[in-house]
Amino acid sequence: MTATDVAPARPAPSAAVVGRTVSYKVPVALGVLGLAALVLFGLLGPAGETTTFGVSGASDLVRIDPLELPSRATAVVLSVVALLLAAYSAVVARASREVPVWLVTVFGVVWVLAFLTWAVAGKSTSLVSLLQGSLLLAVPLAFGALGGLLNERAGVVNIAIEGQLLTGAFGAAVIGSVTGNAYVGLVAAPVFALVIGAMLALFTVKYHVNQIIVGVVLNVFAVGLTSFLYGSVLKEDAARLNSPPRLEVLPVPGLSQIPVLGPVLFRQTIIVYLLYVAVVVVSVALFRTRWGLRVRAVGEYPQAADTVGIDVERTRWHNVLLGSAVAGLGGAFFTIGSVGAFGEEMTAGKGYIALAAMILGRWSPVGALTAALLFGFADKLQQVLGVLQTPIPNQFMLMLPYIVTIFAVAGLVGRVRGPAAAGEPYEKG
Amino acid sequence: MKLELQGITKRFGPLVANDAIDLVVEPGQIHALLGENGAGKSTLMNVLFGLYTADEGTILLDGQERTFRGPRDALAAGIGMVHQHFMLVPVFTVAESVMLGHEDTRGGGFLDLDTARRRVRELSDRFGFGLDPDAVVEDLPVGVQQRVEIVKALAREAKVLILDEPTAVLTPQETDDLIGIMRQLKDAGTSIVFITHKLREVKEVADTITVIRRGAVVGSAQPDASENQLAELMVGREVSLGLDKAPPTLGDVTFVVEGLTVRDSTGHTAVDGVSFSVAQGEILAVAGVQGNGQTELTEAILGVLPADAGSVTLAGRELVGMSPHDILAAGLGFVPEDRKVEGLVLDFTVGENLVLDRYDTAPFARGVGLDLKALRRNAQERIAEYDIRTQGHGQEVGRLSGGNQQKVVVARELSRPLKLFIASQPTRGVDVGSIEFLHRRIVAERDAGTPVIIVSTELDEVAELADRIAVMYEGRIVGIVAGDTPRSVLGLMMAGVPLEEAREQAREDAEPEDGAPGTPVDTGTTSTSATGDEQ
Repeated sequence: MTATDVAPARPAPSAAVVGRTVSYKVPVALGVLGLAALVLFGLLGPAGETTTFGVSGASDLVRIDPLELPSRATAVVLSVVALLLAAYSAVVARASREVPVWLVTVFGVVWVLAFLTWAVAGKSTSLVSLLQGSLLLAVPLAFGALGGLLNERAGVVNIAIEGQLLTGAFGAAVIGSVTGNAYVGLVAAPVFALVIGAMLALFTVKYHVNQIIVGVVLNVFAVGLTSFLYGSVLKEDAARLNSPPRLEVLPVPGLSQIPVLGPVLFRQTIIVYLLYVAVVVVSVALFRTRWGLRVRAVGEYPQAADTVGIDVERTRWHNVLLGSAVAGLGGAFFTIGSVGAFGEEMTAGKGYIALAAMILGRWSPVGALTAALLFGFADKLQQVLGVLQTPIPNQFMLMLPYIVTIFAVAGLVGRVRGPAAAGEPYEKG
Repeated sequence: MKLELQGITKRFGPLVANDAIDLVVEPGQIHALLGENGAGKSTLMNVLFGLYTADEGTILLDGQERTFRGPRDALAAGIGMVHQHFMLVPVFTVAESVMLGHEDTRGGGFLDLDTARRRVRELSDRFGFGLDPDAVVEDLPVGVQQRVEIVKALAREAKVLILDEPTAVLTPQETDDLIGIMRQLKDAGTSIVFITHKLREVKEVADTITVIRRGAVVGSAQPDASENQLAELMVGREVSLGLDKAPPTLGDVTFVVEGLTVRDSTGHTAVDGVSFSVAQGEILAVAGVQGNGQTELTEAILGVLPADAGSVTLAGRELVGMSPHDILAAGLGFVPEDRKVEGLVLDFTVGENLVLDRYDTAPFARGVGLDLKALRRNAQERIAEYDIRTQGHGQEVGRLSGGNQQKVVVARELSRPLKLFIASQPTRGVDVGSIEFLHRRIVAERDAGTPVIIVSTELDEVAELADRIAVMYEGRIVGIVAGDTPRSVLGLMMAGVPLEEAREQAREDAEPEDGAPGTPVDTGTTSTSATGDEQ
């Protein structure tokens, strides 16, 4: 070969290493949090106090005595465990691997326990009721997130979860009150939310209006409509229109007797059991059935779905309606699932938190449920600690659910990819 | 299956995209549909596939009239289509992609992925595609994705397969493979409609050729027609396919890139330690399949993407670290690869677009205002000079044809004194007439003594313009070779085969005239790059 082989410009070895860099962000964050726990909750914690955690309710078959723990020692031990976990995550990161989710989760649980031990020092609280309440507060979030992902998986962004929760709550209260039957109210909730869903579908799917704008407008509309009806109709005749019976607690025989977990998971109202069913059904349907495959195709690449004969518009219509109905079911929790009567703007932004849960859960039903539980826990913790008069100002505790939301979505989610075509109207040809 | 289209007319508003088109595709035939971009080929096929409804005309299959209300009907009738932009969901597996729309179920709507996998394997084995049913589509190279598309059509028992510009995204080797596949399918009795604007491929594989221009059939030809005859039919006038450019008169080496490393927005190393240099009066063409770092390379030179390592010097000045504004002012003329997104503001007028990079300097700026008269004068001069077909300088640029839009971009960039000219895909989606014009302009700039870099995925264009060719693969330069290096060698290099091996391989499996090695490059412009280590 006589040709002068000009410049097979191979890179210098140093330049070739650039690919993947070792990131110590997570270990550092965990380490700092662990140290903070050790110092604040452990070393600077109250000496000689006892923290009491209740672990069984009054009606349990198996009664377990409340745990009485020395506050400071327990907090120190838990903080050290947290620090060990942080150290292990550094080892993992050093090997250029991603820090596994379980590690972060276990760290979170240990850290929160250390915090609780400190916060409840000298007092007592029931772990069972804390968890029970977390699950309950997670219910509307989880239903909302499920409704949202049913929409987005088909390519329609559902900002209107808030409005769907609100109309669902309204419908459940009014119909439950008129019929005197909470279960009829429960059926009415998704039907009322469908009104919002139908409008969302009409404007976004049929008329290709910007999905975010329609969603926001529908939320404002739902607030306006329910507030108007509340003020002008419900208040007038509250006894007949706004005093629904509440869903009763239905303990599952056997299962509800399991210590700690039994009362938390299986001594709930039907709406909680419906949530379990919904998560399983949506998971299986989305990832194991023909319906799910087509829905996901429409949400990822509608043109591709169209060229194999899938009706994109119809799929989107169906999913928007289905999603809004599911979210509406969550709305029923606010009225017949908890306080009973409907109140103005009673959903208080939970629809947006549900949206965050959906994103944090990476558009998967199980993920959405997990994220909803996290947010529910933060909310319940704030309530419990507010009552206990802990050293932290109450205002900060009120912020807790939202701070958790921001950190979770910004920090934990990282770069996730939602359905590629979410938010984009599909116009043929 | 015999396919006949009779008098198909499709209008979009006042525009007649298809004007009474007749077409007959015999069973087991490869029928090439030849025409320039925008001639109406894709529209016609979208009508056939049920994506558009024809305003007039009929579709006959085996002599029976059919109407397709949507792709579902067309698929059921045995028509399959491989779109230019693949219709594959990136996050699906191969099996899922193939089954989508006609899924096997186990009852109750549950997917039967095992059957789908088996079906993919069967078809893949029959044609030697080597597809893994569980591979995720987005991880596959384009050539393989295309095979997934073909399997998708075959799984639905397509009798007529439409391939819409299938070679646009392929390396020359992948193109050869595809041509082999087309022959195999034809032997198996499938009719193929092959849409393209590349003459060589048509001559190689087609049984019959129908040429479309401005939405109407202008003639048909046999594959033994010469490329010039076909080009003439396609364009409607005589075109000279060869560009007679004089050998370069080289000046000093004024542009040097050394060890340039660039990461794209997702953090991947897109340009990996690239070094090369260009002399005054020389055209260096960067060849490669789309997405091998060419875009990032040019954007890093322009300063839009930050460089991770390395240096870029123009006439002795370090460009790394400077803002795009300053780099342009330093004498870089830059034609981006996508004129509609990066090259032009489509809602602005021709005149405004012609001064996008100079609105803030004399003679166009006057205090804080614009000198509209100077703008107009400049526009009129450029329009005349570049033969831009427009209703006037006040027309919105978005309303011009692709070729004329590109002329606006090139006119703007070449209308000031340059020290370096970079053009990415300078003639993508441009009609043959304008291609000729733009190529002449680029060569003229070279002859005026400017170093020129052309980035192109079209080997024809590379061969036409280049004095030297740098082939990029996965962010690296595989080799820099002379402008007359045979296609077979370039093709192998574009697939990542190092230069030496590519020459060996090309000599082994090519006919004699392809075996000749590229002419030595003896320009002395390459002193910086002789240090590359061997593979």
